[in-house]
Amino acid sequence: MSVDIAVIDYGMGNLRSVSKAIEHVAPSASVAVTSDPAVIAAAGRVVFPGQGAAPDCMREIDARGLRQVIIDAARGKPFLGICMGMQVLFEHSEEGDTACLGILPGTVQRFPHEAMHDDAGNKLKVPHMGWNNVHQAMPHPLWTGIEEGARFYFVHSYFVQPTAPDVIAGFSHYPFPFTCAVASENIFAVQFHPEKSQNDGLTLLGNFVTWNPGERDTACDMSGAACA
Amino acid sequence: MLAKRIIPCLDVTNGRVVKGVNFVELKDAGDPVEIARRYNEAGADELTFLDITASSDNRDLILHIIEAVASEVFIPLTVGGGVRAVGDVQRLLNAGADKVSINTSAVTNPQLVKDAADRYGSQCIVVAIDAKRAGDHWEIFTHGGRTATGLDAVEWAKKMESLGAGELLLTSMDRDGTKSGFDLELTRAISEAVDIPIIASGGVGTLQHLVDGVKEGRADAVLAASIFHFGEYGVDEAKRYMKQHGIEVRL
Repeated sequence: MSVDIAVIDYGMGNLRSVSKAIEHVAPSASVAVTSDPAVIAAAGRVVFPGQGAAPDCMREIDARGLRQVIIDAARGKPFLGICMGMQVLFEHSEEGDTACLGILPGTVQRFPHEAMHDDAGNKLKVPHMGWNNVHQAMPHPLWTGIEEGARFYFVHSYFVQPTAPDVIAGFSHYPFPFTCAVASENIFAVQFHPEKSQNDGLTLLGNFVTWNPGERDTACDMSGAACA
Repeated sequence: MLAKRIIPCLDVTNGRVVKGVNFVELKDAGDPVEIARRYNEAGADELTFLDITASSDNRDLILHIIEAVASEVFIPLTVGGGVRAVGDVQRLLNAGADKVSINTSAVTNPQLVKDAADRYGSQCIVVAIDAKRAGDHWEIFTHGGRTATGLDAVEWAKKMESLGAGELLLTSMDRDGTKSGFDLELTRAISEAVDIPIIASGGVGTLQHLVDGVKEGRADAVLAASIFHFGEYGVDEAKRYMKQHGIEVRL
């Protein structure tokens, strides 16, 4: 039997928060936390979370034989990357000089020590931990019902730098602007944790579980003002 | 801009929230799930549960509480108290905790901090430091503040950062329960000594104390218990006050 939503479990951190939040917004959907490639391949939608370090993350993906099924899912069905699950979609991470999945062009870099001061000269801590404003860089169905500048919960020391600016769906400041959401066809990926971001996080997850990427352009054509 | 966090702390024993003064004289403050729900609605940025249950018979109660809270409250949850082994970290994370706080065992077995951070990531490992002024420096205490260690708090904070702690929860033993404000010198000394976020704790009696903790203590987050539990101030009220005083908060 195929599940509606597969949450990919590759041994990187605790996925209970993610699965509970998805069950909360989609009470009638079947949700599986799984490392089984067959279950992921058959699922209607895929959530790709992850915490920890990039080298471990890539090693665990390969140890479980999940590389190809993740790439296929990212190409073929609604796909939500969260935190480390966003970073490893890119080509390379500075963390441990790690080759990543290369589904999106770009790299992952650490917050540079010398830049981590606010305007008043106070030290900014790394990891970037807490609630920060997310600015929406493009209209997208996953932003529906979420105010521009809404705060989401972050915890990370590295951030993505996409090669193609047209995939940037959202950015935040710490202290400089950095990309915190990307969108490309059926992929949406975020650096912050929607599962820990209270009402706005649940709204985003709710948008994901009803998102039909193929219909996006049509929807925009029909309600031009909302998508402009 | 990144907001400074307000974190209500729930001391839990035998399934109930309690609050003591200087770690003794416990008073009942209510049902943890109900209190967590209320703080979430009031805009708490995270919640911290400290399990102070003395009897090992009742230790699993905290797991049920965390499971219940995590099913309906979608903000970060930290749980501490009695964490002695990587297996304890795992059980709490599996119950729905996002971060686990390690205190006494970080002193008796610093390798636990490294092992837990290596296995689950630094983002979920908080080291709790209970410090007391000792002349011109601060000394670390363990076992709920009863046991002196001779360790210097600032040096200890740096060591915990190097072992992989993602955050430090710093409690002034001198101020805890006194409502006389954070030990700002201690908070600032540690915040400036490390690059990871610091949660200031111990001594909050007024909303101005929260402002002082951020502005003068350079804390990244402020933790308080009694001023919220007994309804003296709401979390939302505390945030508005901080904002009025120029502090970035999530409203």
